[in-house]
Amino acid sequence: MSLPRTPSQTVGPFYSIGLCRRPDNELASEGIELRGTLYDGAGDSISDGVVELWDAVGRRWGRSGTDAGGRFSFVMTKPDAPEAQVPHFHAFVFARGLLRHQLTRVYFPDEANEDDPVFASLPPETRGSLVAVEDEGALRFDIHMQGDRATVFFAH
Amino acid sequence: MTAATREETPIVLPDDSSFGPEVQVDYPGYRSTRWRAPDRPLVALPEELHSLHGPIFGEDVIQESDGDLTRQHEGEPLGERILVHGRVNDEDGRPIRRALVEVWQANAAGRYRHEVDQHPAPLDPNFSGAGRCLTDDEGGYRFVSVKPGAYPWANHDNAWRPAHIHFSIFGRLFTQRLVTQMYFPGDPLFAYDPIFNSVRDPRSRALLVARFDLARTEPSWALAYEWDIVLGRGGEGTTPLEDPS
Repeated sequence: MSLPRTPSQTVGPFYSIGLCRRPDNELASEGIELRGTLYDGAGDSISDGVVELWDAVGRRWGRSGTDAGGRFSFVMTKPDAPEAQVPHFHAFVFARGLLRHQLTRVYFPDEANEDDPVFASLPPETRGSLVAVEDEGALRFDIHMQGDRATVFFAH
Repeated sequence: MTAATREETPIVLPDDSSFGPEVQVDYPGYRSTRWRAPDRPLVALPEELHSLHGPIFGEDVIQESDGDLTRQHEGEPLGERILVHGRVNDEDGRPIRRALVEVWQANAAGRYRHEVDQHPAPLDPNFSGAGRCLTDDEGGYRFVSVKPGAYPWANHDNAWRPAHIHFSIFGRLFTQRLVTQMYFPGDPLFAYDPIFNSVRDPRSRALLVARFDLARTEPSWALAYEWDIVLGRGGEGTTPLEDPS
């Protein structure tokens, strides 16, 4: 038996009343901040987006709605490395104007990311879009939906 | 189609099954896709990475009033009382137990309790418009609410969204994450809504529409609608194990 899958629809501009009415952006009670800004293809920040951070090894999860400046933020500790891979988070992006959520990966600046098979399979000029950068004691991971600095998104 | 002649691209494109079951992410009639839909091909991940487990939610994420949107305030909200129920299954028809289902919606007048919504329709002091529940052993979920109203939006001239309830579902696997919208049968706005029609295959689009359920309608109390949700298997050839919980 194979049932047809329910298709996706946009999260819309008013998701926060349902998805973000309780804070759940902490993947660890003590950790460092992972923050960033969500940008559209015109370079404008997206103030009605949601980012979900998934740690598939530790089965941790958190989400952060973007603020008026398109900023999101998490408190986290680095996930353990999956077998034969390098530590990373999966991140889902939802927004008004985005009819299906998009999947990306967050790698860390102090890891040998070239040893990760998925990372290494990407064109070198796009790999940097998946690596968080150190930013005044925090990590910054900006997400660009389109354009020359577009973040790599994965099929899912 | 007055709107179609005024705009450079039509608001609603014809049915086209070649797009497959999923939504067309860069559907031009929905204007906000222009700068937000990814403009580069998505990168394929190895198949084994599709079976990664997602988070497990326990009863602690649910509060008592979460499943009944009509009992979150002192009085009852205005509007047509409804029961929305259904099952969350995977593509093999297996129930997904303990899936977190979150909903949010406009009130009966078509207004969201959200600062950005400036539609001049009244807020209802007895309606917040959000709920959540965990599916039961059969994958079943159920909400009590009021039927949301249609509301205008700025996408194009005289644009109105058909009545809908937003749904967010976490399956067992991270590839089974779904955010979508449930619509009500027979809505006259279907033909004019680019978000609904961004699912180009009409058979797939029909999966977004609930079924009126007379059998579960409660006499002298509430109309029932049934809407089943089917999440992906999690990649070709992967067979997720039953949730041990």
